[in-house]
Amino acid sequence: MTQDLLKVDGLKAYYQMNYFGVTREVRAVDDITMTIRKNEVYGIAGESSSGKTSFIKVLAAAIRPPLRIVAGSVKYDFKSGPIDVATASPAEIEAVRWRRLSYIMQGSMSVLNPLRRIGKTFEDFAMRPLGLTGEAYRARILNHLERLKLPADVLRAYPHELSGGMRQRVTIGLATVCHPEFVIADEPTTALDVVVQKEVLGLIREIQQDMGSSVIFVTHDMSVHANMADRVGIIYAGRLVEEGPTREMFFAPKHPYTAHLVASLPRIGDTTQRPALEGRPPNLADPPKGCRFHPRCPLAVDKCRTEVPPLETVGKDHRTACWRWQDVQPLVSPHAAHGVMA
Amino acid sequence: MSTLLDVRNVNKRFATGGLMGRRVVDAVQDANLTLSSDKPEIFTIIGESGSGKTTLARMILGLELPTSGEISFAGKTVSHRVGRQERLEFMAKVQPVFQNPFEAFNPLKRVDRYLESTAKRFLKLKSRDDLDGAMDGALQKVGLSLAEVRGRYPHEMSGGQLQRAAIARALIPNPPLLVADEPVSMVDASLRMSIVNLLKSLRDDLGVSVIYITHDLATAYYISNRLIIMQRGRIVEMGDARTVLDNPEHPYSRLLKASVLSTEDAGDGKLATDPAMVELANELVRRPGRLVDRPDGRMVRTYDRV
Ligand SMILES: Nc1ncnc2c1ncn2[C@@H]1O[C@H](COP(=O)(O)OP(=O)(O)OP(=O)(O)O)[C@@H](O)[C@H]1O
Ligand SMILES: Nc1ncnc2c1ncn2[C@@H]1O[C@H](COP(=O)(O)OP(=O)(O)OP(=O)(O)O)[C@@H](O)[C@H]1O
Ligand code: SF4
Ligand SMILES: [Mg+2]
Ligand SMILES: [Mg+2]
Repeated sequence: MTQDLLKVDGLKAYYQMNYFGVTREVRAVDDITMTIRKNEVYGIAGESSSGKTSFIKVLAAAIRPPLRIVAGSVKYDFKSGPIDVATASPAEIEAVRWRRLSYIMQGSMSVLNPLRRIGKTFEDFAMRPLGLTGEAYRARILNHLERLKLPADVLRAYPHELSGGMRQRVTIGLATVCHPEFVIADEPTTALDVVVQKEVLGLIREIQQDMGSSVIFVTHDMSVHANMADRVGIIYAGRLVEEGPTREMFFAPKHPYTAHLVASLPRIGDTTQRPALEGRPPNLADPPKGCRFHPRCPLAVDKCRTEVPPLETVGKDHRTACWRWQDVQPLVSPHAAHGVMA
Repeated sequence: MSTLLDVRNVNKRFATGGLMGRRVVDAVQDANLTLSSDKPEIFTIIGESGSGKTTLARMILGLELPTSGEISFAGKTVSHRVGRQERLEFMAKVQPVFQNPFEAFNPLKRVDRYLESTAKRFLKLKSRDDLDGAMDGALQKVGLSLAEVRGRYPHEMSGGQLQRAAIARALIPNPPLLVADEPVSMVDASLRMSIVNLLKSLRDDLGVSVIYITHDLATAYYISNRLIIMQRGRIVEMGDARTVLDNPEHPYSRLLKASVLSTEDAGDGKLATDPAMVELANELVRRPGRLVDRPDGRMVRTYDRV
C-alpha cells in the first residue's frame, strides 16, 4: 500500500504587484490539486513561463513577495510529523528544511554564495542537520562528492572557479547530503553533459531508492522524464492539464498539449523540420477563458472557449483536463520512434 | 577565402588557490579552428561539463586572454586590452548569448534598459521611437515583444523569457558572429525548436555565423554545419556534424552518443551506461594524443600505443 507524502489541494499562488498605483496580478499557479506518494519520482513538464518554478517554490516553502499563496494547502506527512507549508511559521519550516525537504533551485548559481568557498557552504548546509563533526563529517562529505564525480578540491574552490556543470553537481550534493524525505529539483541536470547527466540522474534515483524518499522535478528535457519519472504531470498556463504514468504520457497522451510536447524534439539523425506550437503563449495576467489551451488547440470546439474542462480521471492514475480527450491522437508511437535512426 | 575567426594553438591555464597550495587547470589545450566569412555556418561545440567550452567562448569574445596561442577576428587579434573604440567595434560584431540568463542579467536592472543601452551603444540611436523600434524588432525575432518586456526585472520573467530576451539583445547590433553558450537549455521543447530554427534562419537569411555550444546532440545534428567534441580541455573529434554524429570515432564521442537518453523506452527507467565505454574514455583523458585527418574529412584524436 503506497502512502501519500504530499497533498496539494486547490493551490493558487499569484504574483501581486503594484506599479504606480496599478495592480498587476500574474496567476502563476492557478488551482492545482495533486498528490505525491512516498517513494515516487514525479516529473513536471510544461511550457516556458507556465508556472512550474512558481509551483515548486510553493512546495519548497521558498516563496517571497510578490508571490503569495492566495488559496489552498500544501500538506506534507513527514516522519517528524505533518506540516502545511502554506500556513507554517518560518521556524516550523526551518525545522524541516534540508533534513526533510530540500530544494534544488533553477540556475545553480543562486544558492551558492559567490564569496564563500564550496566547503564553507557545505558546512552551512549540512553540519548541523547531519550532526557530525571532524573526521566523520569530512568523510561523509567526501564520500558524497565522490558519488557525484566531484574532486575533493572543489571544497576549496569559489563558485566562479567551477564550470556550470560542476556547480550544478555541487548544488545537487548540497540538496541530497542530508538524505531528505522529499527532494524538489528545478532543472537539476540541464547544465550537464549527457554522460554526467545520466550518472547524476542515476545517483538521484539511487539515493531516492535507498532512502525511500520522493522526488519532484521540473525539466524541459522530455527524455529525462521518460527515464526518471514514475509519473509525469504537465502544466499549462498555471494549471495541471494532464498527469499519468510515464509510459502512457508518452505513447497515449490524453491532452493535445501533451501530445505536442512529447513529439516536438528531433532525435539524432533527424533533420525534418519540427513545427513549433502556433500562437502566443498565454498571458497569465489575463488567461484565455474556458480551456486555456483553446487559442492554440487543433481540436478546439465552441464549448472549449467558454467552459473550463475539469481534471477528470481517464485511467488508473491518469487524469486529464480536456473535453475531447477521447479524440487525442498520439503523435509518436514506440515503433515509429525506432525507424528514425537511419 | 577570407577568414572571419581564426583560433590558433590556443591554450588557457587557470591557476587558483592560495595558502592551501595551488591548483592548476588546463581549461583549453591546443585548440585550433577557423571560420570563413564567405560561408556563414553554425559551428557547434559539444563536450564534457568542464571541458573548456565556455572558456573557449570567452576567449573568442575577448573576455579572457589565451595563456598562449592567438585568436584573431577579421584579421585583428582579439583582446580586451585595446582602445575603447576598437573594443566597441569588435563587440558590435561578435555578440554573446550566455549559458544562464539568470547570471547574464543584473538583477537590479530592468531588462528593457539592457536592450536600450545596447541599442544606444552600438546603433547610436537616440530618439525614443528609434530605440523602441530597434528593441521591439529584435524581441519580435525571438517571439517576444517590447510590450511584454517593458518595465520587468530579470526575476519577474521566466527562464525561457529571459533567454529569449538575451538573444534579442545580442541581435540588436546585427553582428556577423554570435557566440551562443547553451542558449536553449532553459526553454521548452517547442521554443527550443523555434530558437534553433531562428539560429538557422540567422545563418541562411542574414549570413550570421553562430558558435553554438550545447549538450543537446539532437539539435546539434539538426542545425550544425561542423562541430567539435571536447573532453577535458582538448578537441577529440572535429568535422562535418552529421558525419561525426552518425558515426563517432573517438571513444569519448561514442560514449557521448551512447549516453543520450531516448524516449523510446519511456517508463523503463534505463539509466545505465556501459562501464567499459566509460573506462576507456576516462583512460584517454590523461594522454595528449594528436589530431589525425581521416579520409572522410573529419579529424580524430589518436594515441600512440604505450
Ligand atoms: N518575481 C516575479 N514577479 C512577477 N512575475 C513573475 C515573477 N517570477 C515569475 N513571474 C512570472 O510568472 C510566470 C510563471 O513563471 P515561472 O518562473 O513559474 O515559469 P516556469 O514554468 O518555471 O518557466 P521556465 O520553464 O521558463 O523556467 C511567468 O509569466 C513569469 O513571467
Ligand atoms: N575563472 C576561473 N578560475 C579557475 N578555474 C576556472 C575558471 N573558469 C573556468 N575554470 C575551470 O576551467 C575548466 C573549464 O571550465 P568551462 O566553464 O570552460 O567548462 P565548460 O566546458 O563550459 O563546462 P559546462 O558544460 O559545465 O558549462 C573547469 O575545470 C573550470 O573549473
Ligand atoms: S478542452 Fe478543447 S481546447 Fe482544451 S485541450 Fe481539449 S480540445 Fe483543446
Ligand atoms: Mg522555471
Ligand atoms: Mg559552460
